[in-house]
Formats: sequence, C-alpha cells, structure tokens
Amino acid sequence: MSTLATIAQQGLELAQDVVPEGAQDVEAAGSAGFAYGLAAIGPGIGIGYLVGQAVQAMARQPESAGQVQTTMFLGIAFTEALALIGFVVFILLKFV
Amino acid sequence: MTTDAGANPMLMRMEGPSPAQQVAADIVKRGLWVAPLLMLAGAAIWGSDGALSVGYALALVLANFWLAAALIAWSSRISLALVMAATLFGFIVRLALIFLAVWLVKDAGWVDFVALGITIIVSHLGLLFWEMRYVSASLAFPGLKPTT
Repeated sequence: MSTLATIAQQGLELAQDVVPEGAQDVEAAGSAGFAYGLAAIGPGIGIGYLVGQAVQAMARQPESAGQVQTTMFLGIAFTEALALIGFVVFILLKFV
Repeated sequence: MTTDAGANPMLMRMEGPSPAQQVAADIVKRGLWVAPLLMLAGAAIWGSDGALSVGYALALVLANFWLAAALIAWSSRISLALVMAATLFGFIVRLALIFLAVWLVKDAGWVDFVALGITIIVSHLGLLFWEMRYVSASLAFPGLKPTT
C-alpha cells in the first residue's frame, strides 16, 4: 500500500513539473468559461419556451395580455437567475 | 392590445403602458430602498471594499431588470413576434453586458468578488420574490391594490 502511495506521489510531482504554471492558468480559465457557457444553455432554452408560450397566449387571448406579460417577465427573471448563478461561479473560479 | 390583425402574432402589438416596465419600476424602487441596508451589511462583513462591491452588484442587478423590461416594452409595441426575438437576444446581450461590467472593474482595488457574486444572486432572487408577492396578490384579487 505504501509503495502505491509513493508511486502516486511521485506521479503527481512529475505531472506538476511537466505542466507549466501558466498553462494551468489557461486551462482553468478555459474550464471556467466552458462552465459559464454550459450554465447559460439551460436558461436560454427555458426562456425561449416561456416566451413562446406567452406570445401564443397573448395572441389567443389579447384581453389578458397584460397579466400574461407580467407573469412572463417574472418567469424570465427567475429563469435568468440560473444563468446568473453560473456567472457568479465563473467569476469566483476565474478571479478569486 | 391591437386585435384587428386577428390571431397573427407577427402583426399583433400591445399599446399603452407596459406591465413589464411597471413591474421593473417596482423592483428598482424596492432595490433603491434596500441599497443602504445591503451596503451597510456588506461593510460589516467585508469592510469598505465589500460595501462598494455590494453597491456595484446591486446597480448591475437593477440595470439588468430595467433593460429587460425596456426591451420587452419596446418590442411589444412593434410586434409580439419581435418580443420573442428581443427577449432571446436580449438575454445574451444582457449576460454579455454583465460580464463586461465585471471585466472592466476586475483590476480595481476596491472590488471584492465574493461580495459581488453573493450580492448579485441574493439581490436578484430577493427582489424577485418580494415583487412576486405583490404580483400574486394583484392577480388573485384584481380589485385589491396591495401597499408596497
């Protein structure tokens, strides 16, 4: 068991020597940006579906368009909170 | 709402005051009320840098709400179909603007990213839940005008 641990430790040290520090920073920035992009996809789909249904509702029932638009705006803002959470995770990974 | 175009969302448009802008104005008003309290809390937790970061994050959140509502109001006066396009492209543009706003201050000495990030999430969700309470009451009891 201790032999395995020694080998693993040597492997880690070797990997740290091979990958320069600057490259690690670039990889971290790329991963953070990729995660932010992934976090924006879900809310994008959600907002598209929400607004599509709201526009359909407003076209079918013009007399209730005001109520529909109010709930649509709140729905958009709630869905967008997911993207904002992804953005905050991104800035914490990137800058802290 | 103009209904002479039948049920074609390409030709229908809304007239009069925009409900989205009224909701956004309420949210911005409440955000300005609680801004001093949040900045004091930020100063107590993170110091003066935290207070400035909390203020900056709150300004970003309120500007984001206002811009979203302005886009919906502008597009709904032209066509309901444009609401769809303006909302989706507006979502991307607003995320890019928030990123740009944070990117511009990333090297500033006063910025505290933990305070900034936490305030963005907490104030966005908090203001939304606060507003939702009154919107729900208005929708359930249309004759009732709840006090803010």
